Amino acid sequence: MSKSLNVGVAVAVAGVLTVAYNFADRNVVDIPDNLPRMAELETPPQPAPMGAAMAADAAMPAKFGLGRAATPEEVAAWDIDVRPDGQGLPVGSGSVMEGEEVFVEKCSVCHGVFGEGSGRWPVLTGGTGTLASEDPVKTIESYWPYLSTVYDYIYRAMPFGEAQSLTHDEVYAITAYLLNMSFVVDDDFVLSNENFSEVSLANEENFFPDDRMETEFSVFVREACMTDCKDAVEITARAAVVDVTPDDAAARAAREVAASKGDDGAVQVAAAEETPAAAEAPAADNAELIKAGERVFKKCSACHQVGEGAANRSGPQLNGLMGRTAGGVDGFRYSNAMVDAGNGGLVWSADTLAEFLADPRAYVKGTKMAFRGIDDAGDLAALAAYLGTFNE
Amino acid sequence: MSDNGKTGGATRRGFLTGAMAAGAGIAAAGAARAEGDPAITELQPWNQYLGDGVDARPYGYPSEFEKHVKRRNVEWLTADTVSSVNFTPLHELDGIITPNGLCFERHHAGIAEVDPAKHRIMINGLVDTPLVFTMEDLMRFPRENRVYFLECAANSGMEWRGAQLNGCQFTHGMIHNVMYTGVPLRYLLEEAGVKTNGKWVMPEGADASAMTRSIPLEKAMDDCLVAFKMNGEALRPEQGYPVRLVVPGWEGNMWVKWLRRIEVGDQPWHHREETSKYTDLMEDGKARRFTWEMDAKSVITNPSPQAPILHSRGRTVLTGVAWSGRGTIPRVDVTIDGGKNWHQARMDGPSFDKSMHRFYYEFDWDGSPLLLQSRAHDSTGYVQPTKDELRAIRGENSIYHNNGIQTWYVNEQGIAENVEIS
Repeated sequence: MSKSLNVGVAVAVAGVLTVAYNFADRNVVDIPDNLPRMAELETPPQPAPMGAAMAADAAMPAKFGLGRAATPEEVAAWDIDVRPDGQGLPVGSGSVMEGEEVFVEKCSVCHGVFGEGSGRWPVLTGGTGTLASEDPVKTIESYWPYLSTVYDYIYRAMPFGEAQSLTHDEVYAITAYLLNMSFVVDDDFVLSNENFSEVSLANEENFFPDDRMETEFSVFVREACMTDCKDAVEITARAAVVDVTPDDAAARAAREVAASKGDDGAVQVAAAEETPAAAEAPAADNAELIKAGERVFKKCSACHQVGEGAANRSGPQLNGLMGRTAGGVDGFRYSNAMVDAGNGGLVWSADTLAEFLADPRAYVKGTKMAFRGIDDAGDLAALAAYLGTFNE
Repeated sequence: MSDNGKTGGATRRGFLTGAMAAGAGIAAAGAARAEGDPAITELQPWNQYLGDGVDARPYGYPSEFEKHVKRRNVEWLTADTVSSVNFTPLHELDGIITPNGLCFERHHAGIAEVDPAKHRIMINGLVDTPLVFTMEDLMRFPRENRVYFLECAANSGMEWRGAQLNGCQFTHGMIHNVMYTGVPLRYLLEEAGVKTNGKWVMPEGADASAMTRSIPLEKAMDDCLVAFKMNGEALRPEQGYPVRLVVPGWEGNMWVKWLRRIEVGDQPWHHREETSKYTDLMEDGKARRFTWEMDAKSVITNPSPQAPILHSRGRTVLTGVAWSGRGTIPRVDVTIDGGKNWHQARMDGPSFDKSMHRFYYEFDWDGSPLLLQSRAHDSTGYVQPTKDELRAIRGENSIYHNNGIQTWYVNEQGIAENVEIS
């Protein structure tokens, strides 16, 4: 690479940075002031072999003539990002009331009806006043600096497992509902691309650019003590007391070997514990269907677990589902409707599961399951085959 | 390959038998020394019988005796494995390169299985000509080979309030270090022609989380790579196959996997992963943002809680890794008495910019308890701080960027535990 060319580019970029910053909206743009210093501190990049670099220099064109121009339609299809200044917001609108309906249907299963969060899924509301406490609750209400982030993220990545399935009006509506749950707007509020930038979030001013260069480098660039650095050492905290480490059979076996060492260093035999062998491989003729079912199950896996160690989450665990009476997993809090269905004789099979999933809330009126269902017969058969593998 | 299941079963038994035999071998060594070590005096199966032929393992895998060496998850950390993290088994590795299959994984919507024939990379925004590249187009740019560490900003994040997890895999395993082959991002940007008001870039992933981050143009034009190979072979799906961004020295979340688009803009986007997440909450409730560079850090990988000392007193090899997002690691200090006295460790292996470095400290263990720590010095003169020093500045709520010194307590039996000391 040409060294002189690189330096030229760096200087030009630094110039652009300065100029652009002066013209930019300072309320939105934060240029960390440690950028130039950071560059000074960097060691040279990993060197390329000398000969290769020299040869490449001579042959390196300014442009390579590769790729092709993107069409406006292509750019529009992918360019979904939204910024705090409103750039990227599509035309649309949605009310708090509409948002509540969509949120309850598509979001509440993980985030709770009021954004309070279910299980370990993210809490979206509340937390105001907790950021400086021992237990900060970082939510849209308490922590997020910009409303545009809410819109952008919901549209690009939510609902979890069904990204980019919401209409723009639905995203405006959900955003409005979350603002209402965060006490930012009233019940009759309607959010649109027109009034979006008028809404600000409470915590916007409490972010500041990385200041480690000033606050930490001055302290930690230093001479290090090598001898007689302290008089006494005490253990002040121990992980074994907390005891949250995942069990590790191999490590435990090794520890047991260590613990059984005699004075002379001879080691007694320690039996290694092992987890049971994995489930038998499925029959080959069914394997494709099961594999397809595993893909379909991704739609369910936000709430349901299967396989070794499956536990109840937002939905009950699904091991041994086939032949199980509806509402039959101990320790899961079903809707009354599902318990009644079980008492009424509903037993899960490929057929009943397909009927249920075709329209869950019609089949079991009052079910807690907010999932809208699966209507493709092939997907349903695959899913039943996949779930059937967890019945042994 | 049809008898795979059978081989697996035999394998597991093989591992167990092997482990038992190893233990028995050592135990027997004292008693049976007179007759000789059975590992020598007895014929082993592999001394006698033929092994698999060349067609048995068309893509090779580790020895059956290494089955326990794997990435592991900490289940209580996250709601679901689809948006979660697992950890590199640092205590089982040596040298500086992480094998591809052991590189920790972090995804936000599971592993995207991308068909490279249907993958495109778009450059748009403040450019003269928005461009689209196929993977074939990408392969026609000049390539570079660089070794870089990738560390998640949350590595050691569970340890802010005290010693939590017993094992360097869990305390420090959100890191890997591989050689990338890729095209400088600069080439792609120059090909599209960045407009003079272009000042930031926003890479975006093709997975269902459509990951985005804002990166200053200066960094994008400096050393970022659009990489398609790791350690010589195609990126693993869980590492972003067919193409990911490499942002040397900066927090792992910015290294967008399944890279499909780079937009050029005049200001940052303040997206979810740089506001709600990956911002460092300070004690006063304010938060640092754009904390991109990874501070110098080190950890002793052996001995450690998952890798106790198994031999008796005497010659002992202590080893570990160190890295800095701001350069190289010319020096690491090690203490075995909790920081009363320090010893300069022996660095071995290549020293690359923004890459993992390997250090060793060989000593005679007298069988008494040890308090082990390592302390990295990077090429800027920065010396890795203690956890207490970091907490004094940042408080305990920041989650991210914990590069404090790690302590292992080793007892008389050689068993190691994660502790904090005064």
